[in-house]
Amino acid sequence: MSHKSSADNIFKILVAVVAASALIILSVTGYTLLNGSLPVLERFGIHFFTGTQWNPVEGKEVFGALPYLLGTLATSAIALLIGVPLSFGIAIFLVEMAPRAVRVPISYIIDILAAVPSVIYGLWGLFVLRFWILDYIETPLSTYLGWIPTFSGTPYGLDVFTAGIILAIMIIPTISSVSREVIRAVPNSIREGAYSIGATRWEVIRNWVLSYGRSGLFGAVILGLGRAIGETMAVTMVIGNTVGPAAIPTSLFKGSQTMSSLIANGFLEATPASLELPAYIGVGLLLLLLSLSINLIAEIMVSRVLKVKGGAIE
Amino acid sequence: MGEKRKMSNQQKGKINNRIIIVIAAAIVVVAGIFGYMYLSPQTSKTPETLTGSGATFPYPLLDTMIKQYQTQKTNVLINYQSIGSGGGISALEGKTVDFAASDAPLGAADMAKAPNSLHIPETIGAVTLAYSLPNIPAGLHLTGKVIADIFSGNVTMWNDPEIQALNSNVTLPAKSILVVHRSDGSGTTFIFTGYLTLSSIAWKSAIGQGKTVAWPVGIGANGNTGVASVVQGTQDTIGYVELAYALQNKMTVAAIQNPAGNWILPTLNSIQIAVQSAASGGLPAGSGDWSGVNLLNAPDSQAYPIVSFTYLLVYKELNVIPGMTQTKATSLVQFLWWVVHDGQQNAPALAYVQLPANVVQIDEASIKSITFNGQQLPTS
Repeated sequence: MSHKSSADNIFKILVAVVAASALIILSVTGYTLLNGSLPVLERFGIHFFTGTQWNPVEGKEVFGALPYLLGTLATSAIALLIGVPLSFGIAIFLVEMAPRAVRVPISYIIDILAAVPSVIYGLWGLFVLRFWILDYIETPLSTYLGWIPTFSGTPYGLDVFTAGIILAIMIIPTISSVSREVIRAVPNSIREGAYSIGATRWEVIRNWVLSYGRSGLFGAVILGLGRAIGETMAVTMVIGNTVGPAAIPTSLFKGSQTMSSLIANGFLEATPASLELPAYIGVGLLLLLLSLSINLIAEIMVSRVLKVKGGAIE
Repeated sequence: MGEKRKMSNQQKGKINNRIIIVIAAAIVVVAGIFGYMYLSPQTSKTPETLTGSGATFPYPLLDTMIKQYQTQKTNVLINYQSIGSGGGISALEGKTVDFAASDAPLGAADMAKAPNSLHIPETIGAVTLAYSLPNIPAGLHLTGKVIADIFSGNVTMWNDPEIQALNSNVTLPAKSILVVHRSDGSGTTFIFTGYLTLSSIAWKSAIGQGKTVAWPVGIGANGNTGVASVVQGTQDTIGYVELAYALQNKMTVAAIQNPAGNWILPTLNSIQIAVQSAASGGLPAGSGDWSGVNLLNAPDSQAYPIVSFTYLLVYKELNVIPGMTQTKATSLVQFLWWVVHDGQQNAPALAYVQLPANVVQIDEASIKSITFNGQQLPTS
C-alpha cells in the first residue's frame, strides 16, 4: 500500500463528513424549530400562519404571524426594487465602461460596504438617514401624493419605506460584486460579434451581455434577497415595530415588523413557561420555510428557465 | 516565479502522511490539556466564580456593584450576563446559574418550575412619561386614566379636552399624538401596563399587563435608549422610559396624579417615599409568592405612583445547583448581603433608588434563610 492512497482515503472521509454536516445542520435546525413550536401549532393550527393578532398577555394569548410575513416580503420587495437596478448599473459601469483607475478603487469601496456590520447601518439609519428620508422624500410624497393608498398616513421616518432603503443599501454590495463577475465572464467574442453587426453600446449590453449572463444575474439577485430577508438588527431599529393588525404594511409610511425583527425583539424576555416562546420559534420556522422556498424557486428558475450555454457563470 | 521542484508521488505521500500525523498529535495534546484542566480539582488559589444572568434594567447598577465588590474581595469572581429576564428565569429553572435577576416576579407556572426559590428585591425602578412638545415645560399633568386612553388610541390629539382639562395653564397644540412604546419585551412595560391596568377598566379588559402587549397604536423602539431617542428626536411624541434614562438624557417628564390627588414628578425622593409607604403595607417573605406584589399607587401624599422592585432570584437550598460548593455558597450569601447593604450606596449616582429600611429587613431574613446542605451560611 502506498503512502498516497491512505492520505487520500483520510482526505475523502474528512471532506465527506464536512459536506454531510451541512445536511445535518439543516435537518437539526428544522427539527428543533418544529419541536419548539409544537405547543403553539397545536393550539392554533393553521391560524398561526393566517391570523393577524399577536397578544402574549396571559389569558388573552393569540398569535398570528401573517402581518410579519407580509412585512418581510414588503421590505424585501422595496429593497430589491431600489437595490437591483442600482447594483446592475454599478456592475455594468465597472465592467463595461470604467477605466482601470476608476474601477479598482470603486470595486474596493463597494466590497468594504459589504463588510460594515448591520448594526452600524441600523444606528446610522435611526440617527441620521431617517431624518433625511423624512424631510426630503416622505413629507413631500405625503403632501402631494398622500391620496394614493401606498403613500397614506403621517410619515415619521420609522416605517417600511426607511427599512426598505436601508436594506437596499445593504444588499447593493452583494448583488453588484456577484453581477460584476457574471458580466466579466461573458466572452468578448459575443460583444465583438454584436458590435460588428452595428449594435450600439447600450444594445450590446442589454441584448447580448445581460441576457447571456441572466442566470448568474438571477443568482446574484437571490443572494441579495436572502440577505434582505434575514436581516434583523438594522431593520428592527428603523421599521417602527408595530404589532398585530397595525403591522400589516398597507402603506409605505406605516410602521411594521419583519419576522426576524419580531423574534429579535421578543425572544429574550419571553417567560419560559408561557406560550410566547413557542410562538417566536414558530415564526422562526416560518422564516426558515420562506427562505427554503425562495431558494427552491431560484433553483428551478436557474436550471430550467434561465439555462444558458457556453462559459457563463451559473 | 520559477518552476516548482517536482516531487515524486512517493515523496508527496510521505509529506501528506506527516501532516496528518502532526494534526492528530496536536488534537491529542490539546484534548489532554483540556481534560487535565477539567478533571483536576480546584485549588484554593483559583477564585470562586459566581454566575448570574437576567434582567437588563438593573445591569448598570449590578455591574458597578460587582466591580466594587470584586476589588474588596479579590478571591471572588462574579459574572453577570444581562440577557433579559426571560433568559435569567430559564437559566434559574435549568439550574445553570447561581442567581438570576428579573424585573417581574415569578408567576405561578415559573414558581412551579423553580421550587423553593427566593425573591430578593435589590433595587427599585420607576417608569416616567416623557414627551416632546414645543414650548411645553416639564410637569405636564397626566392621570393614569388619560395615559391609558392615549396609549390605547382613544385620545389621539394633544388638545383633546381630556388632557386640556387637567392642564388649564398651558395651551396644547392641535397635533396628533405619536405614541412610542417598547418593541422588545421588558420589565418596564410590565410595570407600566400594570399601572394602566389599575387605572383604566377599558385597558384591563382590552389589553392587560405583560412584558409584551398588543399595542393598538404607536411605534415601537428597541430598549429604553430607543424610546428616549425617538421621543427626543420627533415632535409631539409621548413615551415611557425608566427613570435613569429620563434623568440622564434630561428628558421632559410628566407629573402624574397619585391617589392622594397630588401631581408628582418622578425624582429619587418621590420614588423612595413611594416604596417605603407601599412596603409598609406588608410584603411577603422571600420564599412566598410575589406575583401579586405591586408598589403602584402608594398611599403617601408625596409618593410617585409608578414604581416597582426588580428582583434577584436564588434557590433557598443551594445544593440543587450542580457544581455548588460550601465556599461558593458562602461567597454568594455574602455577596447578596453586601448588595442589600453597602452596595446600595452605588445607587443614587446611577439614578437608581436605594432600598428603604423596611425592605432591607425582609431581604436580610431571606438571605439568612439560604442554606447549603441544610446548614445556614455566614453573611459576613
